[in-house]
Amino acid sequence: MNILNVILKNYRSRLQRNQTTWPPPVLQRVSCYVICVNKYQYFVQKFPRGAPVNSNREENGKRNIYAPQQLVGVVGLEIHAQINSNTKLFSGSSVRFSAPPNSLVSFFDASLPGTLPVLNKRCVEAVVMTGLALNCTINKKSLFDRKHYFYADLPAGYQITQQRQPTAVNGRLTYSFLEGKKRSQVTKTVSIKQIQLEQDSGKSLHDDVRGQTLIDLNRAEGQLRVDANVSVHKPGEPLGIRTEVKNINSIRYLAKAIDYEIQRQIDILQSGGRVQNETRLICTADKAPLFSTPAFRFMPEPNLPPLIVYEDNASLPAGISVCQAVVLQAIRQELPELPSIKRDRLVQTYGILPEHSFTLVNEDGLVEYFESVLKVTKMEPRKVIGWVTNDLLGHLKQQDMSSIQTAQLALVYILLRTRVFLLAAASQVFQEMWTSSGKTAQQIFQEKDLALVTDTAQLHSICQRVVDSHPEEVDAIRNGKKKVLNKLMGLVQKETKGRADPVLVRNILQEKTS
Amino acid sequence: MLNLTVREVSLALREGRISPTELCRKCLNRIKKTRHLNAYITVTEESALKQAQEAETRLLRGVCGPLSVSSRTTSAQKILRQHVPPGYYFPPYNATVVQKLFDQGAVLMGKTNMDEFAMGAGSTDGAFGPVRNPWSYATPYREQRGAALDSDWVIAGGSSGGSASAVASLTSYLALGSDTGGSTRNPGALCGVVALKPSYGLLSRHGLIPLVNSMDVPGIMTRSISDAAMVLGILQGVDARDSTTVRAPSSLMELPEDFDVKTICLGIPEEYHAPGLSAETVAQWHRVADMFEMAGARVERVSLPHTQYSIVCYHVLCCAEVASNMARFDGLEYGHCSAVDSSTEAMYASTRHEGFNDVVRGRILSGNYFLLKQNYLRYFLKAQKVRRLIAQDFKRVFSSGVDVLLTPTTLADATSYSDFTQEDNRTRSTQEDVFTQPANMAGLPAVSVPTTLSGRGLPIGLQLIGPTFQDKKLLSVAQWIEQRVGFPPISDHVDDTYMTKSEQTSAL
Repeated sequence: MNILNVILKNYRSRLQRNQTTWPPPVLQRVSCYVICVNKYQYFVQKFPRGAPVNSNREENGKRNIYAPQQLVGVVGLEIHAQINSNTKLFSGSSVRFSAPPNSLVSFFDASLPGTLPVLNKRCVEAVVMTGLALNCTINKKSLFDRKHYFYADLPAGYQITQQRQPTAVNGRLTYSFLEGKKRSQVTKTVSIKQIQLEQDSGKSLHDDVRGQTLIDLNRAEGQLRVDANVSVHKPGEPLGIRTEVKNINSIRYLAKAIDYEIQRQIDILQSGGRVQNETRLICTADKAPLFSTPAFRFMPEPNLPPLIVYEDNASLPAGISVCQAVVLQAIRQELPELPSIKRDRLVQTYGILPEHSFTLVNEDGLVEYFESVLKVTKMEPRKVIGWVTNDLLGHLKQQDMSSIQTAQLALVYILLRTRVFLLAAASQVFQEMWTSSGKTAQQIFQEKDLALVTDTAQLHSICQRVVDSHPEEVDAIRNGKKKVLNKLMGLVQKETKGRADPVLVRNILQEKTS
Repeated sequence: MLNLTVREVSLALREGRISPTELCRKCLNRIKKTRHLNAYITVTEESALKQAQEAETRLLRGVCGPLSVSSRTTSAQKILRQHVPPGYYFPPYNATVVQKLFDQGAVLMGKTNMDEFAMGAGSTDGAFGPVRNPWSYATPYREQRGAALDSDWVIAGGSSGGSASAVASLTSYLALGSDTGGSTRNPGALCGVVALKPSYGLLSRHGLIPLVNSMDVPGIMTRSISDAAMVLGILQGVDARDSTTVRAPSSLMELPEDFDVKTICLGIPEEYHAPGLSAETVAQWHRVADMFEMAGARVERVSLPHTQYSIVCYHVLCCAEVASNMARFDGLEYGHCSAVDSSTEAMYASTRHEGFNDVVRGRILSGNYFLLKQNYLRYFLKAQKVRRLIAQDFKRVFSSGVDVLLTPTTLADATSYSDFTQEDNRTRSTQEDVFTQPANMAGLPAVSVPTTLSGRGLPIGLQLIGPTFQDKKLLSVAQWIEQRVGFPPISDHVDDTYMTKSEQTSAL
């Protein structure tokens, strides 16, 4: 389910732009948007392929690789993600992660009679930007609707959403991932039906012991949530009856739930049954609780005028100022470089491997770091990339990166480049930089006595000791097994704690074993 | 003193002829004396005196604006509280319109009675009992009816009947109501007060408990058109808390004194000769139309062909929004909460069953039916299309050169309570809103002006409807009528013997 990563990416990279610290704090949760991914063809690998293809199904010379009599799953995802904004979608109350329950609730949030929704401009801009990022058509006029159902954490008895005419429609996302042992790049496209603004419901905490449900109307702590609509059919035939699996909050469970649901439906159909149109909840146990899909009784939200998005400042009608309006052109200019474009650029500009471009782009801030190192050191990108994707990332996983300045890290490269010390030593300096704040690479380098051993006489005597104590290896080298020399080199480095100049050592050893 | 207009009493306060506290006490005494009208559900005596005291200090410092002294107002009434049925909900904030009046120094006398959630046309279907029309106890009606005070009183109209009754009975100078299908104009006409429904979008609905959001407008009830204009001037304008508000097209503090009626084209919609329209009301309609003609205005017959569908269209749209708007009254956050706690669903069901009256429940049920996926196109969407046709009728008429439309406000003068309750709420709403509702459908400004007393001694009002945001012109025309019809003030007819008698009967 690579696609989710990619979509999330957009939010995160957007977030990153205004962030001075890194990694960014956990995404703030406000009201969410829903991204409906339409009919994402999700073929389950489990079932056998390659059954004889019915010839009359081969239209237009296109070969249908799936046998027509076989059922395949069709999946539509409804992805709920929160917008990073300071205040809620329809009220002025603020949003803060892990605030005490019900501490950020305005009269509107509690649905007191007589309160009215006021649309947050920042949220509209975010949905428009997401729409642009996902190649959607932005509706110049979009509408809000009420979706009704009774639930304890929905105080108004309805949710304001965009059902009839959402802000962004008909998008597509082309995404790539690496597959197989060879890590070859596979590119796919998924179509996006719509992106809509939707008010979040509250949060219910069920206290089973006391038989109570506690409600938090802060609406600020939701996770990314995915609902999957799943049906099965035979390719070429009308779509089957779908079920909805709700409240999936991890990518792993999403894949599991979909696999499970497709197989469940296939089993039902193959045993002659009928799939029921129902909503199912994901459960840790294999049995999924379910309830029938309620009638939402949609109706237009009468308290919000149509949302108008203007093409550019010139198209603003008289009496509407730029600061009030949502202007497409301005948002387009603010659109950050999208992940796929960024990856292509990295591969082309720096000649790095596609898989490295994935690694760089998948970590927030890593591309920027990589590029600034290149700028400072003028080093060969392909040499830097290995170090960045291995050493740096390894440390990042354990530490907080914000304490290290790009220039500091770049200095390590300069030192490396001028062969003042070796990789092992560089690693040691690097490690030191995480723990002792404020010290420059140079300082650490001197304090730890990490200077390279370049004293030829000293190296000669060390090499001689190694050669003398390893006659068998020396014989092997002399008989043409040149690679054994590396072992001797390793032994010399061991003696010098990795500080011996490798070029010198190699020359001396070659001389002594020839 | 109590029978003055806002402007007159403001002047009296400024000139020191009476102090704010004194005036406030007079109003409170009057409220006590007229308690049998059931106009108020809460009298905020303590806070009213406190507000009056504050007004006094302002007067002494000489910093009060023309309005701050003005108004011993009732106000907030329905706007804030009383919609919510048993279970008593106390709102923690002021409606924008109420706050604006407070900012001008208004003194809140109390909250007035009405039909539950404004669903009604008689103020007879509220949780606090029916509202009585003060004209039931005035000489012209009483002299004909004899002394059987408690059997033949007439209704105040609705749904904002308490507000109209409060202004008419001289307990407050100004009252706010709400107007979704005529709820301000209908009781205004029946109680003989000026009742203004401003253009949709001119007044903030923040704090107004919704009935039909796209038609709801706070209504203004006063004793003169000039007062209504002044209050509209205070209340109008953009409110950041209501996205449907617009910038006011003109300041409205003063209406032109030298209004030239010759420039006006008055439209008489022929479809408004509805079945059930009383001969007396028709006579008033003709009388006023003739007045315009005599004064040199152009009077034209116009046609609004889709008006006849207004009632049925309103029924669908109103029920749908009611079903939606009432969903929040589930007993969890505020208001009545049932003791049934076997499950959340059971609690919801019994809370809503116990809390809402039959009328509200009936509308919720119909509304949910109209909004079902399979019915949406057939009912809701169709009703919206009809609504647009109704609005286009008006647009066409106004763009053909007509400035204002003159119509009756109600079919007849006020019905006695015993007659009114012979029919159910639905039937009554259908009958009573017929002239007032189309203006809400189209978002137009409309005002009811009292014109005369009927043969029964009860007020008859006529309605003016204007193009959207032409509220000022509408009020100018209304003022022209007001100045010429000579509607008798109730103070000329209040006979304290009836009031006292009534007090005794109510006490029993």
